[in-house]
Amino acid sequence: MDSMTVIAMVSIITAGATIAIGSIAPALGEGKAVANALTALAQQPDASSTITRTLFVGLAMIESVAIYCLVISMILIFANPFWNHVISQSVGK
Amino acid sequence: MRLSPDENIFWQYGFVVLNSTIVTTWVLMLVMTVGSILITRKLKLEGDISRWQGFLEIIVTTIQQQIKEVGLHNPHKYVGFIGTLFLFIAVSNLCAILPFYEPPTGSLSTTSALAVSVFFAVLYYGIAEQGLVGYLKSYVKPTFIMLPFNMISEISRTFALAIRLFGNIMSGTMIVGILLSIVPFIAPVIMNILGLLTGMVQAYIFSILATVYIAAATRTRET
Repeated sequence: MDSMTVIAMVSIITAGATIAIGSIAPALGEGKAVANALTALAQQPDASSTITRTLFVGLAMIESVAIYCLVISMILIFANPFWNHVISQSVGK
Repeated sequence: MRLSPDENIFWQYGFVVLNSTIVTTWVLMLVMTVGSILITRKLKLEGDISRWQGFLEIIVTTIQQQIKEVGLHNPHKYVGFIGTLFLFIAVSNLCAILPFYEPPTGSLSTTSALAVSVFFAVLYYGIAEQGLVGYLKSYVKPTFIMLPFNMISEISRTFALAIRLFGNIMSGTMIVGILLSIVPFIAPVIMNILGLLTGMVQAYIFSILATVYIAAATRTRET
């Protein structure tokens, strides 16, 4: 295999693995957060506005971990610096 | 496939580049500013107020109430900055229903600029409220060992703000783009509606997080 094939293969596999592995933990965390918030809402419906706001902020914090993985895999697929380097090398030859 | 509207260049002269992000941002700013000026030209305290004045009053009082609920007791001082953040992000995300529109918040340069302005606003409000020494002292609380960690968290949360907004909006447009090539009939519409919801939530999150950071920096010793 030449270096071009290796770079393409590794980029694609890493992009898939990044989003697959990286979304496990945020999914578990969000599920736990929502479950606990629902319990709290059922026990104290009066505090619903505070609970909902804190839940949303917390969910966005947890979600951002998954979003980082998504951004990295998007960069690996659509704007890969190593792939662009190899392309410019092979065009320049 | 293009990752951001930065690469859609209208006009270029030397290093001066006029891309889709800048044009859209300025058009949005123009529309919002001219609209507010037109509405606030004839404000009334008594009698029948116009519908638009009521609309703006609802927005401003809701933002002030939210700021107060998070823990800033003097929302008049902060509503200018936080309200601007919220309104700009919300309008630029909601306009995604217009055809040929690319949200400027889907570009990393816009979101980094917003996050950097939040970073400096935290510094400014913190120093204005506690004084320079008092603000710098908050870095060595509770002990001196926490100094590097406090500084790292200050930097990393700025990055997190920028990447979170960029990632959410960019992935929304990208999912619609991918779906258009697979199931181009109904599915993109549903994802677009979901994108509108995400855009509103992200605008809310961004401004609430900015409020929380400012509230943490301006918290005085006795509270």
